[in-house]
Amino acid sequence: MATIYIPTFFRQITKGNEYILVEGSNVLESLESLSYLYPEIRDLIFDSNKQVLRHVNIYINNHEIHELEGLDTLVNTGDQIAVIPALAGGAMTLSTEKNANQSALKPEEVMRYSRHIIMPQVGPQGQRKLRDAKVLVVGAGGLGGPVALYLALAGVGTIGITEFDVVDLSNLQRQILHQTRDIDKPKLKSAKETLGLYNPHVEIIEHPMPLTSDNAMDIIPNYDIVVNGADNFATRYLVNDACYLAGKTLVDGAILLFDGQLTVYKPGYCCYRCLYPDPPPPGMVPSCAEAGVLGAITGIIGSMQATEVFKQILNIGEPMVNRLLLVDALTMQFREMKLRRDPSCPLCGDNPTVKELIDYDAFCGSPPIEVPA
Amino acid sequence: MTIKVQVTSVIQKVVNGQSEFEAEGSVISELIENIEIDYPGFLQQIADESGELHRFVNIYVNDEDIRFIDGKDTVLNSGDVVAFLPALAGGL
Repeated sequence: MATIYIPTFFRQITKGNEYILVEGSNVLESLESLSYLYPEIRDLIFDSNKQVLRHVNIYINNHEIHELEGLDTLVNTGDQIAVIPALAGGAMTLSTEKNANQSALKPEEVMRYSRHIIMPQVGPQGQRKLRDAKVLVVGAGGLGGPVALYLALAGVGTIGITEFDVVDLSNLQRQILHQTRDIDKPKLKSAKETLGLYNPHVEIIEHPMPLTSDNAMDIIPNYDIVVNGADNFATRYLVNDACYLAGKTLVDGAILLFDGQLTVYKPGYCCYRCLYPDPPPPGMVPSCAEAGVLGAITGIIGSMQATEVFKQILNIGEPMVNRLLLVDALTMQFREMKLRRDPSCPLCGDNPTVKELIDYDAFCGSPPIEVPA
Repeated sequence: MTIKVQVTSVIQKVVNGQSEFEAEGSVISELIENIEIDYPGFLQQIADESGELHRFVNIYVNDEDIRFIDGKDTVLNSGDVVAFLPALAGGL
């Protein structure tokens, strides 16, 4: 007795069931048993010679059966079999989802992303959503690094990065996209090289400038989701306002010392200005450069930001909307606070006064960002 | 009324490095006054010279922002957890 995982778009045949229990001593018998229960599925798995269609991969306990004994691979009680077609096009007429990009995943993509695809919450359709997604990462440093890395590994098709700094020796204690040989290299170049080595299928769009009031509305509307890895309050208010005005979801994270924060701002719910109506005066809250930051906390918060992006793209789970997560690495306590839209918020409140981007350096009393020559 | 107080790292420097401690108070304003007596300099971290709370510091009773309850008049009950959270900007 084994369990067969049925991908989303075959489930109309299996009456919505994700998992079907079947009898069979090997893979062939198990699939025959499935086809006996649901005759329509036979032609979606086998050709007329009873061979598995070449665009369908069969996995047993996460191993593709060609790595094993093919259809003769023995099946033991409790084994998990998964039927994963590389091409969904032929089966799309069965699916209720008409709007998904129809272009199929290539076999190499199916293998590369198989640990995601095999999960019912992702499946081939979800993987195509990831491939079709465009995500902007603000900064290629402590938070932007793990965010961009996990998005690239997951096959998020288009990743934009805004970054104008160069790699400094003091960055290497935490910034995982850069290595010792990259010192003095533009971070954006280093980031693109690293991400390309991890996953050459992902397009990295370079925005080699600081995000400003003049360029933010030219850049942000081109993306589906924005991830904040900024290191100063002026940029945080700018990104918040621009995302709200452009109607984009902002996955926000911040770190200092041993502390981390995570939340998701979705237009209409709550924004950074609802949480913090005014920035602190310059010098009141120290920066990581002044106070220090634990390298690994960037990985914790950045990985969680990437997870929230993943959930947004796939529309699964419970997003961190109207929730603020606080991580204290010293006690390893995770606490959650409720966030609310503030009706008096100047941006997203009932009578907004901020209707376009402002001068954020003046708002924060901070000196303008200096771009290295 | 004994209240458990939690602070993030920026404020910990004025409370002898503690992330959590106990203080007395039946409303938020009284709690803050008592913390200031125990840890002089605390008030300066969360309020301006006139005593008005900074708008970049949020105070939560249990998990609820006091701005959406009764502000500094928010009533505290024994066993409540009050957290003081200033904005963080770090990302690099």
